[in-house]
Amino acid sequence: MIAPISRIRQPLVHGNKSYHNITEDLVAPTEKAPSLSWVMVFLLSVVLLMFGVFSVYWTIYIGIGTWNLNRTINWGWDITNFVWWIGIGHAGTLISAILLLFRQKWRTGVNRAAEAMTIFAVMCAGLFPLIHMGRIWNGFFIMPYLNTRGPLWVNFNSPLLWDVFAISTYLTISLLFWYTGLVPDLATIRDRATGFRKKVYSFFSFGWTGAAKHWQRWEYLSLVLAGLATPLVLSVHTIVSFDFATSVIPGWHTTIFPPYFVAGAVFSGFAMVQTLMLISRKILHLEDYITLNHIESMNKVILTTGSIVGVAYLTELFISWYSGYVYEQFAFFNRAMGPYWWSYFGMMFANVVSPQLFWSRKMRRSIGWTFFLSILINIGMWFERFVIIVSTLARDYLPSSWSMYSPSWVEIGIYLGTFGLFFTLFLTFTRVAPVIAIAEVKHILKTAGDQYTGENAEKHK
Amino acid sequence: MKTKKDVIFGLYGDEQDLLKAVKAANDMQLEIMDVYSPFPVHGLDPLLGLKESRLHIAGFFYGLTGTLIAFLGMSWIFTKDWPIIFGGKPYWSVPAFIPITFEMTVLLAGIGMTISFFVVSGLGPGVENDILHDRITDDKFCLAFDKAEVDTAKVKGLFKETAAEEVHEKIVKA
Repeated sequence: MIAPISRIRQPLVHGNKSYHNITEDLVAPTEKAPSLSWVMVFLLSVVLLMFGVFSVYWTIYIGIGTWNLNRTINWGWDITNFVWWIGIGHAGTLISAILLLFRQKWRTGVNRAAEAMTIFAVMCAGLFPLIHMGRIWNGFFIMPYLNTRGPLWVNFNSPLLWDVFAISTYLTISLLFWYTGLVPDLATIRDRATGFRKKVYSFFSFGWTGAAKHWQRWEYLSLVLAGLATPLVLSVHTIVSFDFATSVIPGWHTTIFPPYFVAGAVFSGFAMVQTLMLISRKILHLEDYITLNHIESMNKVILTTGSIVGVAYLTELFISWYSGYVYEQFAFFNRAMGPYWWSYFGMMFANVVSPQLFWSRKMRRSIGWTFFLSILINIGMWFERFVIIVSTLARDYLPSSWSMYSPSWVEIGIYLGTFGLFFTLFLTFTRVAPVIAIAEVKHILKTAGDQYTGENAEKHK
Repeated sequence: MKTKKDVIFGLYGDEQDLLKAVKAANDMQLEIMDVYSPFPVHGLDPLLGLKESRLHIAGFFYGLTGTLIAFLGMSWIFTKDWPIIFGGKPYWSVPAFIPITFEMTVLLAGIGMTISFFVVSGLGPGVENDILHDRITDDKFCLAFDKAEVDTAKVKGLFKETAAEEVHEKIVKA
C-alpha cells in the first residue's frame, strides 16, 4: 500500500536513490579504510581519554581533595558536568521515541546516531556521581540488596537514589532500543561481508533473516518501547532536577525546575546532535540523507525548547521578586550581579538570545550558523548548570562562609576525559555500524524520496 | 523430525511486486513458507494471515511485575524491615515511592519485552540462521515456498507470472 504522498512536503532523501543505493551509501563508511581526518580526530580523542583516565585515577588514589571543592561549594564541575552530559543524552530517545509516536518521518535520518550519542553521553554523565562518591569501591552500596549489615537499606525517599534508578533505567532502555533497531542493519552489513568480518557481524546481528513475522514483532517492540521511553525521557531529567528542587537551598527550591530542566535537556541534546550530524554528514558523505530539511526541523525544536528555557529563566526571576522572600530575592540577585555574573550573562545570551536567530528561515537552513549556534548553545547550557550549582552555593546563608571556586587541573582533566570518551566511542561507532538506520530510510523512501515527492509526486499516482 | 528443508524462492525488486505475488500465491492456494524483506512491508501481515503480535501484552505483565516489586518492596522495607523516619514524614511515604516505582516498571517492561522478542523469534547473540539470499537485507523481497508442501511446477508458474527477478532453490535447516 502506498501512503498518500503530499505534493507540498519536502523530500527527505535526495539523489533519486534506489534501495540498493541506500545500502551502498550507508554501509560504505564501515567498509572503507578510515580517512586521515578520522584517524587524527580519533587519536586526539584517545589522548583526551587517557588524560581523563589519569585524572580519575588521581582522584581515586589521592581523594576528592584534589578537587577544588570546599565546605561551602561542595558541588562544582563534577555535578555541572553530570547534569550537562545527561541533558545532552536526552535528544536521542526524544528523537527515536517521541518523534516515532508523532510519526515524524525526518527522524529516520538522525535517530540512529542520536541514540548512540545518548548512550555515550549517559556513560559520561554516570562517571561523575560515581567518582564523586569518594570511595568508589563502596559504590555498590547504592544498590538495594539484602545485606549482612543488619537490615540496612538505601534511602528510597532520596532524590539521589531516584537518580540511580532513573539513569540506570535510561541507559538500559536506550541501549535496548538502539540495539534492537541496529540488528537488521548489522545483518545488512553481514550479508555483504566476507571472512572474519562476516563472522563478527553474524554474531552481533543475532541471526536476523528479515522474516515477515520478525518484522511485525520488531515494529511492535519499537512502538511499545517508544511508548515506554517517552515518559522515561521526561522522568529522567525531572528526577535530576529533584536533586535540586527537593532541597531547601534558595534558588534551588523551586517547582519550575522539572519542566525547565527537561526543556533545557532537549535543547542541549538537539544542539549536540546538530554538531555531530553536521560533521558526520560532511565526512561520511551523507548529504543526501541528512538534508537541509532535517537540519531545519531540528533547528525548530531548538528554537522551541530554547524559548521555553528563556521563559523559565524569566519566570524564575519574576517569582523570586514576587515572592517577597528576601533570601530567594538575594539568590537571584547574586546570580546576575554576584561574583559569577559572567556565567549568568553567558547563559542568558547563549540560551535565550542566540536561538532566536532561528526565527529566520535563512538561519535555520544555514549550515555555518547552525554549527556555530549548536556549539554556543552547548556552552550556554553548561553555564546554566554552573550558574545553578556554583553561583548559588558560593553565597549561602552565612556571609562568613561565603566562598569562591575554580576547578583544579584534575577536574578539568576529568571533563576533558569525558569528551575523549564520548568522541572515541562515537568515532568507533561510525566505523562499525551504519550511522543512519538503513531499514528505516528504505521504509520511508517511497513517501519521502525526491523522486516520489514534490512535482514528481504526479508521476507515481 | 526433518532437519533439512528444500526451499524454492523468488526475488522481487519492489514491495508492490511482492504484495502482488503474495496475493497471487494466495489465489492459487499455494502454502507460503515465509516472506523475507529488507524492511517491514506494510499490508503483508493480513495477506500472510499473521496474527497480531502479543508482545505488548507480555510487556504489560513485565511492567506490572516491576511496579509490584518496587512498590511492595519499598513498602515492606520502610514499614516492616527497617522503619526509619526521614524528615518527619510517615514511614509509608507513598509519593516518594513513585519515581522508583515508575522507573522499575519501565525497566522490567523494556528488558522483558526485548528478551521475549529475541527468544520468541529464535534470534540471539551468535545464532546462525540460514540466509536464503544475500540481498534480502539489501534490496530484494523474497517469497519462499517449501518444496515438500507445494507443487514446484505451480510455484515456478507463479514466479513467471508475477515476473520474479530471480528464482533460486536452496536446502536449509528446518
